[in-house]
Amino acid sequence: MVARFRAPGLQRGGLFVLLSIAFSYAIVVPVRALYGFDPVLDGDAVTIVALLAAPMFFFVGIGAFDYWFYWAAGRPTRPEDHSSHGAHSWRDYFRVNTDHKVIGIQYVVTSFFFLLVGGLLAMLVRAELAQPGMQFVDPDTYNGLFSVHASILIFLFIIPVFAGLANFVLPLMIGAPDMAFPRLNALSYWMLPVAGLMMLASFLAPGGSFATGWTAYAPLSTEAPLGQLFFTIGVQFAGASSVATALNFLVTIITMRAPGMSFWRMPLLVWANFSTSLLVVIATPFVAASQFFVLLDRALGFNFFQPANGGDVLMYQHVFWFYSHPAVYIMMLPGFGIISEVLSVKARKPIFGYRMMAFSLLAIVVLGFTVWAHHMFVSGMQNWVRIPMMVTTAIIAVPTGIKIFSWLATLWRGVLRLDTAMLFALGFLTMFVLGGISGVMLAIIPITIHVSDTYFIVAHIHYVLFGGSLFTIFAGVYYWFPKMTGRMYDETLGKVHFWMTFIGFNLTFGPMHLIGIQGMPRRVSDYAEQFAGWNLFISLASFMVGLSTLVFVYNMVSSWRGGPRAEANPWRALTLEWQVSSPPPIFNFDTVPTVVGGPYEYGVPGAVHGVFKAPGEARPAPAGGSVATTTRE
Amino acid sequence: MLALGVVASVIGTLLALAVDWFPEQASSQAKEIDDLYDLLLIASVPIFVLVQAVVLYCVWKFRQRPGDELKDGPPIHGNTRVEVVWTVLPALLLFGLCTYAYIVLEDIERKPSPNEMVVKVTGEQFTWTFEYPAGGQGKAVRSNQLYVPQGQPVEFQIRSKDVIHDFWVPQFRMKIDAVPGITTKYRVTPTRAGRYDVVCAELCGLGHATMRQTAHVLTRPRFDRWMADQKAAAARQS
Repeated sequence: MVARFRAPGLQRGGLFVLLSIAFSYAIVVPVRALYGFDPVLDGDAVTIVALLAAPMFFFVGIGAFDYWFYWAAGRPTRPEDHSSHGAHSWRDYFRVNTDHKVIGIQYVVTSFFFLLVGGLLAMLVRAELAQPGMQFVDPDTYNGLFSVHASILIFLFIIPVFAGLANFVLPLMIGAPDMAFPRLNALSYWMLPVAGLMMLASFLAPGGSFATGWTAYAPLSTEAPLGQLFFTIGVQFAGASSVATALNFLVTIITMRAPGMSFWRMPLLVWANFSTSLLVVIATPFVAASQFFVLLDRALGFNFFQPANGGDVLMYQHVFWFYSHPAVYIMMLPGFGIISEVLSVKARKPIFGYRMMAFSLLAIVVLGFTVWAHHMFVSGMQNWVRIPMMVTTAIIAVPTGIKIFSWLATLWRGVLRLDTAMLFALGFLTMFVLGGISGVMLAIIPITIHVSDTYFIVAHIHYVLFGGSLFTIFAGVYYWFPKMTGRMYDETLGKVHFWMTFIGFNLTFGPMHLIGIQGMPRRVSDYAEQFAGWNLFISLASFMVGLSTLVFVYNMVSSWRGGPRAEANPWRALTLEWQVSSPPPIFNFDTVPTVVGGPYEYGVPGAVHGVFKAPGEARPAPAGGSVATTTRE
Repeated sequence: MLALGVVASVIGTLLALAVDWFPEQASSQAKEIDDLYDLLLIASVPIFVLVQAVVLYCVWKFRQRPGDELKDGPPIHGNTRVEVVWTVLPALLLFGLCTYAYIVLEDIERKPSPNEMVVKVTGEQFTWTFEYPAGGQGKAVRSNQLYVPQGQPVEFQIRSKDVIHDFWVPQFRMKIDAVPGITTKYRVTPTRAGRYDVVCAELCGLGHATMRQTAHVLTRPRFDRWMADQKAAAARQS
């Protein structure tokens, strides 16, 4: 019994959380007594300290710091023989594990759990909006529902699920045995469930959950009830998790590529995660800062956003969007990478304009930092800033357009295998264009003056994040499912899932463009009678999207448990992750692969991307362009 | 193929233009914004249709047929000329649109004739107050409904007492946040008599959805009569 609580694991983690609560009381009560505050025992203050302390204690308890602590204390560290690599039963996914494949699956499954939670919240939102007037919830709960919906799906689903897929696939793709910093990788993962549960726990806080939108604009957020701080502090952990992972990806990609894997031979998924990681590392500290300002204002009475005391309300929005606009690309670029993999393999053709595809990613990274104030065209900031932001926002459509057109050219004259992954990729291609077009419209200042803060924005963001990001995520999950689980999924159910999602998605979000322009503001629990018809239609359509998710979950769970065994390379792909067994061996590669050509040489007779021979024996072949003469392994 | 694409684009654009997108136009700013939106539809619908058409054509023409399971497509790695075209053309189109948008923006925000009327708008949780400066004699008039005369250029000067709100009359098309600590402003010239909703467009808390009042655009004589009544009432009170 005692041994259980001494060994790293969930039990010790739970024990440490209890200790953290005792710690919070021990800090708060004496400090308040010393200052002479009344009452000495203040529930709000204890909760805030506990929100910060509990995750830290939990990480120590679960064992994320064990190795480092042993090392720092000069005690013998356990030699890293990787004996804990791999997962042998489902229990292994509930402990700290440094194997990138285990962490990848932990990430993906956790994120999908939060997708279901976030989706369920959306269903509640739509149930309330089906008719004008209030039916199911009160306005405060309603504001909480859409706030938690957005926060969960952005910070606990889209961003981490891409990190999870890349965690599993990326080291395999570049021929590495693991990520560069496996222990940091494990810590990054464990921050996620903590952040997510914290945001969900806000529903239990006195005064209800945070209800100021995922944007948490000050001074509304600095005057909100305690639940707001569950967001403010939760974001810190989600953000720290993405920064740590991004650093890990950068170092892994730069230093751990297999011999012969030059930058111009990297698969575009690797390029995409390289670009995304640059964005994360540079931008994420800004959202952390914006939330720390809120925390200090709310908890310690600072005046960052109190104009009466010299505070500046607009400053919050500048700092927040300096992260949150790049965040849109953080949520999109990895998807671009997935689409490039899927389209090339399923169309049996090389990616059209490989180098321009890579350069356009980098162009988006740079331009992504120059457009943030287009979220603030009606915020009351200086007028002149709007013009350059309009131009840069419009220009960012150029690299995005290059990608769209190059994907179309990749399809041209290919041999298209229309399975579920490909259908989602094509669904992405068609729907994302619409999100891009409404994005250009939103760059145009006079249009934005009318439609900002309306359902047009809701439609746009969902065409980008649902029709864009989520479709790429589904494409990626179906594409790598055989590799990750060693099983094949059910193709028929997959196609049912696609068509239900595709149709339901368009019926849900298409009409929102119209009601937004006609004058329905967003984030309202009640609306004018004239929008009643469309809202009922939208709610019914959204329930179809909700049902489609059940098909997906059933397919994934039943296929993982009892689907037919997958071969090593069911899609006849060239990239390295498909050259090892499904699921991959515990240490990825028995022999380090040598990369001898481009990753997408489909249709080139005898082309091969990597060979498993000693570097001296492997003959190099040019990446792209000329016909390679190496023989297939 | 090309002809089909052109026909589809034209049909798509006409369909998009046929939709009754906007609420009625009740300010001189509204027409310019609506026209700009139509122009954006004309520029963007063909691009949308083009992408859909190419995807559908590829799915129909190049899909894997029985017996093709081991076949690959031709190894085409790129084409510099095509790539330059689809980089440069969209860039030119976007610059054109931005230029036109800039002209529209200048138009809708330009200071009109000197006889501009000022209305001070104050937002608070969860109501709007409208104040008409007295201009020399008498007291300022306050109202919780917005009254403006038809054909009269108005500048709204917007403040907030607590959190951020957003002052919006959809039929005027213009909106701006009410920000604590600063005064924001915009202009409209109401052109059409009638009653419209004043909507708060920025999440401001519990009562955000119900923070609605009415904007009355009155003909000049009726507005003057209303103003005289208000002044009389204010004088009686003091």
